[in-house]
Amino acid sequence: MLRILINALRTGVVTIHYPAEPSVPPDRFRGAPVLRAGSHLPPPSVCPAGAISEHFDAEGRHVALDLARCVFCGRCAEDPWADAVVMGRDFELAAHRRDDLRIEVVADDPAVLAAGPAPDRDAEAARASSEIHRVLGRSLHLRHLDAGSCNACDWELAALLNPVYDVRRLGIDFVASPRHADGVVVTGPVTRNLETAVRRTVEAVPDPRVVIAVGACAASGGIVGEGYASAGGVDRVLPVDVYVPGCPPRPEAILFGILVAVGRLDARGLPREG
Amino acid sequence: MTDRALTDALRAYASGSIDASVGPRPSDLTVRLSRTGDLPAAAAALIGPHSMALATVVATDETATPDGDLKVRYVFEPTTPGAPDRFVTLLVSVDAAHPEVPSLTTAVPAANWHEREMQDLFGIVPVGHPDPRPLVVHDGWPPGVFPLRKSFDGSRRVPVEPADEFPHLVAEGEGVFEIPVGPIHAGIIEPGHFRFTSVGETVLHLDARLFYTHRGLEKRMEGLLPLDAFYIAERICGVCSVAHGLGYCEALEQIAAVDAPPRARLIRSIALELERLYNHVGDVGNICAGAAFHYGTATGARLKERLQQMNERLTGNRFLRGLVVPGGVHLDVPADVLLAVNVTIQETLAGLDGLMERIEANPSVVDRLDDTGVLEHQAAVDLAVAGVAARASGVDRDARRDHPHGAFAGPEPPDLHVVTVSDGGDAMARVTVRALEARESIRLIGEFVRRLEPGPLQVALPEPLPGGRIGISAIESPRGEAVHWLRTDPGGRVERYHLRSPSYHNWPAVALAAETAIVPDFPLVNKSFELCYSCTDR
Repeated sequence: MLRILINALRTGVVTIHYPAEPSVPPDRFRGAPVLRAGSHLPPPSVCPAGAISEHFDAEGRHVALDLARCVFCGRCAEDPWADAVVMGRDFELAAHRRDDLRIEVVADDPAVLAAGPAPDRDAEAARASSEIHRVLGRSLHLRHLDAGSCNACDWELAALLNPVYDVRRLGIDFVASPRHADGVVVTGPVTRNLETAVRRTVEAVPDPRVVIAVGACAASGGIVGEGYASAGGVDRVLPVDVYVPGCPPRPEAILFGILVAVGRLDARGLPREG
Repeated sequence: MTDRALTDALRAYASGSIDASVGPRPSDLTVRLSRTGDLPAAAAALIGPHSMALATVVATDETATPDGDLKVRYVFEPTTPGAPDRFVTLLVSVDAAHPEVPSLTTAVPAANWHEREMQDLFGIVPVGHPDPRPLVVHDGWPPGVFPLRKSFDGSRRVPVEPADEFPHLVAEGEGVFEIPVGPIHAGIIEPGHFRFTSVGETVLHLDARLFYTHRGLEKRMEGLLPLDAFYIAERICGVCSVAHGLGYCEALEQIAAVDAPPRARLIRSIALELERLYNHVGDVGNICAGAAFHYGTATGARLKERLQQMNERLTGNRFLRGLVVPGGVHLDVPADVLLAVNVTIQETLAGLDGLMERIEANPSVVDRLDDTGVLEHQAAVDLAVAGVAARASGVDRDARRDHPHGAFAGPEPPDLHVVTVSDGGDAMARVTVRALEARESIRLIGEFVRRLEPGPLQVALPEPLPGGRIGISAIESPRGEAVHWLRTDPGGRVERYHLRSPSYHNWPAVALAAETAIVPDFPLVNKSFELCYSCTDR
């Protein structure tokens, strides 16, 4: 017992202060891809997750990237497109609406049409999160719901409880029963074999409740997509309040999304009043 | 044993003709049986006199080819330590109009789930199977629809229809209780349903139902360019990202007839050992959670977190995704990062030794782990159990030695100390094996780093890739041996890919081990095996 105490004291405090202090990812970290308008942008076939699309109109070739679908593999930023796409460093990408996670540029025109993640334009989403904020205050108890994930997102959620992230310091905790929860964090694309369990678990959470879709699969179907065994994203089955892109999102990115959901940060990363 | 001798031995057991040829790899043998009825005898010959084990079973739909049939390949591998790296495939042709094969399960228990899976996904009926309940497709799946048949369009959703309750295998009698647990669990873990029948606290029987996370990934990969499908293989499982990415790449590189350069092979093996290390260290911590030893849980989580932060520094991803690519590795390991790797693993070593000391000095933890969840040696052999669970029950198998890959495939493979515990088979043995293997991983990483010589990182794969070829590989993932089987179509696209993960063979062993425990110890039993659901379910 004494040895345990001595070891614990020697280890000291390892907890980080995010979001009060920014988290700087390492050099090789692959965050939101930045598309350079007016450059030689990659064709949709480059993206293994189907996150890149294109269409043509009078302005020319439009290339769009869906951050909800992106698996951050960096393939679109490799040669010969290294000049057109750069893997950025931004990981605070959570948004209330799928549309806000769309980046669109014109390949031959330097004008940027939509540079995601866009500010939260959805008044209703903002109202919903401020209502949750009003009812629940600063504390949020969540139930994790694995809807067919590869377990990477699950392990990152578990990491939020380790001594380094320790989300309980922010009034956030993961609880055993949906009856005790203010919301659910869903990972995975919602498999056919879990669809009923997912619906019933969410229905067991009292209103008002938040649904946070964590990771590319939950946010959009990701690399799994839609198929005989997969619904292709949580919002195909139930309404989603916050989408957290990433494959998987790093723990700080998930924490950011949770704080956005409860109205303590807005989607641009600015603290909300109150 | 030579191919000739093995073929002759099989011929002695077969009533029909057999046709043996080399393949898929030059060291492998494929034996085509003209009569499916010869399967049980041939399988028994491989397993009994030749001490082989079932490695994987791969069904394919070839109704659109000139053969016009379904095929099933039963792949076996030697289990004697020091045996040459080879796979022996028994191949049978199945009439698509009457898709039936004799079941091997009674004689080869490891075939159990493989046969149920091919019944669900291909409609191939294993005649005489002792437990032919559906496995992969769940309640309300339309009868007669087989998603891995080529005629099935995998891109459309199949809605859930109302259905009767699944017939769980339970014990009945006075004072016998049924305890249903899951698929949604109380913690942050993957989904599965466990149906316990117990008398008091003693578990009489455990019926585990999995495949809740079945995403149809093998179907999803069909028809894709192999270089695109790689990103799906890398994402079948989070904590096996390197292992499964590498297994897919090695199978693909066989098809392409290219070898990853030596530097790339070393970097791949460094990543594979780092993956094993963060898993094993985290798993030792998580076992403490099952014994309510919170200092141990927190220490394990802290050490694992440190390693995952280093993973992110090394590869830009905390699960080491984005490093291994077909043909080699995408990223080099700069000197400053290698220095950080060395510092981190040395600190991990000290931290893990300290944690194990505290576990072993804590009677309340040791008492929970000793004699809990015993997996008998013979059961581990019969079920072809892999990895830590096998070695903790005295089965001396490790794919790094038995099917050399990564840096072990070079001309001068590094020594590997395969840790086995011969008289254990309990949760304590599995914890001990994990801790010793983590130390071995740390030693290996040091050796791989010392062996690094400047050189290319990647070779280009031919485009298009050769059609109609098979690649097979076996990788020692953190959970044990994973077997990958890949075949290209005539246009060089993915025709069929199949992964048999270590967890796939180990889950039935968890149910057996649980029957030696009490209900409150099940979390400990489960965590001491620490299996993935996602790479079992795919």
